[in-house]
Amino acid sequence: MSVDKDTVKKIARLARIAVPEDQTETLAGELNGILNWIAELEQVDTEGVPPLASVTGHPLPLRADQVTDGEQPESVLANAPEQASSFFVVPKVVE
Amino acid sequence: MSDLLKLTAVEARAGLDSRAFSSVELTQAYLDAVTATRPLNQFVTETADKALEMAAASDARLAKAEAGLLEGLPLGIKDLFCTKAVQTTACSAILKGFVPEYESHVTDQLWQAGGVLMGKLNCDEFAMGSSNETSVFGPPVNPWSKDGGPALTAGGSSGGSAAAVASRAVLLATGTDTGGSIRQPAAFCGVVGMKPTYGRCSRWGIVAFASSLDQAGTFSRTVADSALMLQAMAGHDPRDSTSANLPLPDCQAAVTAGVKGLKIGIPEEYVMDGMDPAIMALWEQGQKWLVEAGAELVPVSLPHTRYALPCYYIIAPAEASSNLARYDGVCYGLRVEAESLDEMYAATRSAGFGEEVRRRILIGTYALSAGYYDAYYLKAQKVRQLIARDFETAFASVDAILTPATPSAAFALGSKQQDPITMYLNDVFTVPASLAGLPGISVPAGLSEAGLPLGLQVLANKFAEDRVYQVAGALEAAAGFTLAPPRAAGEVQ
Amino acid sequence: MSDKANLVAGRSGPFEVVIGMEVHAQVVSEAKLFSGASAKFGGGPNAHVSLVDAAMPGMLPVINEACVRQAVRTGLGLNAQINLVSVFDRKNYFYADLPQGYQISQFQQPIVGEGSIRIDLADGSSHEIGIERLHLEQDAGKSLHDQHPTKSYIDLNRSGVALMEIVSRPDLRSAEQAAAYIKKLRSILRYIGSCDGNMEEGSLRADVNVSVRRPGAPLGTRTETKNLNSVRFITQAIEYEVQRQIEIIEDGGEIIQETRLFDTQTGMTRAMRSKEDAHDYRYFPDPDLLPLVLEQALVDELAGQLPELPDQIRARMTEEYGLSSYDAAVLTEERETALYYEQASSGQDRKLVANWMTSELFGALNKAGLDLSASPVGPEQLGRLVALVSDGTISGRIAKDVFAEMFESGGEPEQIIEEKGLKQVSDSGAIEALIDQVLADNQDKVDDYRGGKDKLFGFFVGQVMKASGGQANPGMVNQMLKAKLDA
Ligand SMILES: [Mg+2]
Ligand SMILES: [Zn+2]
Repeated sequence: MSVDKDTVKKIARLARIAVPEDQTETLAGELNGILNWIAELEQVDTEGVPPLASVTGHPLPLRADQVTDGEQPESVLANAPEQASSFFVVPKVVE
Repeated sequence: MSDLLKLTAVEARAGLDSRAFSSVELTQAYLDAVTATRPLNQFVTETADKALEMAAASDARLAKAEAGLLEGLPLGIKDLFCTKAVQTTACSAILKGFVPEYESHVTDQLWQAGGVLMGKLNCDEFAMGSSNETSVFGPPVNPWSKDGGPALTAGGSSGGSAAAVASRAVLLATGTDTGGSIRQPAAFCGVVGMKPTYGRCSRWGIVAFASSLDQAGTFSRTVADSALMLQAMAGHDPRDSTSANLPLPDCQAAVTAGVKGLKIGIPEEYVMDGMDPAIMALWEQGQKWLVEAGAELVPVSLPHTRYALPCYYIIAPAEASSNLARYDGVCYGLRVEAESLDEMYAATRSAGFGEEVRRRILIGTYALSAGYYDAYYLKAQKVRQLIARDFETAFASVDAILTPATPSAAFALGSKQQDPITMYLNDVFTVPASLAGLPGISVPAGLSEAGLPLGLQVLANKFAEDRVYQVAGALEAAAGFTLAPPRAAGEVQ
Repeated sequence: MSDKANLVAGRSGPFEVVIGMEVHAQVVSEAKLFSGASAKFGGGPNAHVSLVDAAMPGMLPVINEACVRQAVRTGLGLNAQINLVSVFDRKNYFYADLPQGYQISQFQQPIVGEGSIRIDLADGSSHEIGIERLHLEQDAGKSLHDQHPTKSYIDLNRSGVALMEIVSRPDLRSAEQAAAYIKKLRSILRYIGSCDGNMEEGSLRADVNVSVRRPGAPLGTRTETKNLNSVRFITQAIEYEVQRQIEIIEDGGEIIQETRLFDTQTGMTRAMRSKEDAHDYRYFPDPDLLPLVLEQALVDELAGQLPELPDQIRARMTEEYGLSSYDAAVLTEERETALYYEQASSGQDRKLVANWMTSELFGALNKAGLDLSASPVGPEQLGRLVALVSDGTISGRIAKDVFAEMFESGGEPEQIIEEKGLKQVSDSGAIEALIDQVLADNQDKVDDYRGGKDKLFGFFVGQVMKASGGQANPGMVNQMLKAKLDA
């Protein structure tokens, strides 16, 4: 498993992080370094071992179906970079 | 140094109760210390006015004998905890200027216990780092740095918290620990750092790094102070599905309960190549102290220890890549304007996240992406299971485990930045317990050859924080580590 | 399952249509799936929004118990496997109305596994449609694109509302079957009360996967047309896609697997412009949540409390009442209809009541644009009207007039018959007198009839009925006339 420049671009695109063309090579090298180090895990025999889902050991707690929140658009929008008429505003989305 | 700054939290509480001094006086002494230690870059936001207001309110409650556990004590809060109406940034450009409309559960508990907010403390960006150098505000300087010598790291990610407690700028501080972010900086700064069991303190309102690992904890100058603070901040919170609904054992009593008859595990795998001889010597010294205090040493094996770091560096970045997707410039935080939504996302996130955060997001995204999930994330969760089982097996025969806290003393800022993996190796002793969700404490126990503090780590079984405090209390008593760093408030010119 | 009847003719020969549906059904609950904000439709912009829904830093999800119960109840109604352990995963992607940057959904371990739905078509055929799974997930917010020339506006009121995604097997073979499927699914959800089925408000919307193939050939490449919120749009979109795909194939082209949007104005589908980059959702278990564990006892309890469902009622209607399976399907589509029918037909001629409901009552309601719940004619009134036909008090013909009057005025059938003197004449003396008069007036036709022109019988019946003002009991008229003429 080795990361090339195209893979870096693909991951960066998935993560919505712009990577300048002249940095893809360096980044690929760094990521490969980390991935090679991580690859040590392949040595561990995990046959029949269930993945650890949670360390706390209790099941998912359920909450009662009651309206206890909301009706506070001012709080919701308090830190909005751009808003209008209580909507968040973003550059136009084309579907 | 003002005499008030020399008091431990327990002593300060007694002084407030006996009206030897007021919370406003105590707080003012600490505010002066905050000002004096500014060159150490520990705070990212100071809240002096709020602190004096809260102190006055504490004095009123003290007068009415309605004091809480932490009544009137000056606290520093890692800037990862959301504080209502006080800027919370996670030390990232992407959250600069973000003012939460809510209070994290942990800090809420602290204010209810009477704590006084001195300000928000520096940390690594989104808690990703081991030297606090990824902070957008620049790193704090370890108060143990010597005049004329290189500026040393306070450790990370909770570097500001460790430094501020060590330099006497606050009495107590919160931290969060994902892979060692409380225990490692505590060791580097010569203070006590406690990471409780995963699920002990609510994560509600704490900026998430890796949800299955993140756990809030304490910084203090003594083990008893830690137990006092944990008592105030722990507790079940129905708003966090992973919060445990179990009572906290009596940790304050445990501090002085002694270790007579306890079995202390010494893991053979924690002897590592190239370990600092001073660390090795301190570990052996710690074992001796415990035996002298009546404990029995038991060699234990944690065979999957060497896989803990690679395992951690899959799980934590994978979770982080998803947790940090919300920082996209739409609802809050930084936005870099662009023509299209997608360009806006990419521009915002590239400008808003620092290099290490971007690197971890990319690694995490890769580890979860189609075709690699099984090989990376799923594999890591299986290895994590084995690591947890190693500890389960060990705790079947021992009450606690003693290890070094870090592989070295504090290093110079800038000395490990070139290679991420070298930096990651800092957490070699702390990460395994994080993966297993165990409570762990770092206790200052000695000095390196260069005169820098070194810590010992005590681990116990899940929800057995009392065992941690028992052993930590014994180590503290034996070590008698009471040194103030050369650049503590009052010593800084 | 290659029904000949369902083949679609192309220029070069027949094609078989293969359809699978993914239906998003909004769960009936007070609050959202993972936050305490209201799940109610509407509200001012960003009013029904908690800081959890807006994905503020450090906010965490806690699951709503009622939504879990609704999903289990629905699974039981779909004769499906209930999974006692299920897992919530994060589906990661960026979108303006998805503040977390991921949707909490269920991927590898859904709460409900395999089940089935039976559909009944007008031609009398029935089909089992496989259900692959049902899982719980969060709805996204809403983007408004028409408020500003260069901006989109985001409202998070829907963000975090609980949805059940119900995925069918590709067992559907025509637009008609797809329409029957969505109607039946909607019906089951409404009986159970787990979804209000309001398609206009988006409480129920379907993604339709369509492919075509030569009969017997392996599955063709499919397209997914998203977010269809009416039965008509589902039908139109499928019909359009089938024709489009057949044309492409017959012109030697290839179908591209893609997501398409339906234009309600033109009835056409088009490829989405913003092509989501090679779907890589990076699913992984949400570390903020733990596995959802259900007790079998809870499942049993919910099963015990489930209302009678359309299939059970339909079975009773066909087996005990002797209704056709199509009529039974129509009468059970809505729970209110079935209740109305049960009440109207209780103690009456069940088939006759069914006919009256499906023809007269539904016709009148349709024309007046009314729902059954607003019908001026109540079930008991309709039952009494049918009883008056059954016992010969009025003829079927007259009954239609009475019904029209009842629908108009809301009056009682007996009263209307009384006031308008519409009671059927069943007095044999009176009928005999009418017959004698008609025969006397038409002596020539009587002779022709007796000379072998049988067909004139109808003429005499008509004359007698006319003379009675339509009120003579037609059975008696027939019988007595025959006796007189053949004497
Ligand atoms: Mg879909
Ligand atoms: Zn869905």
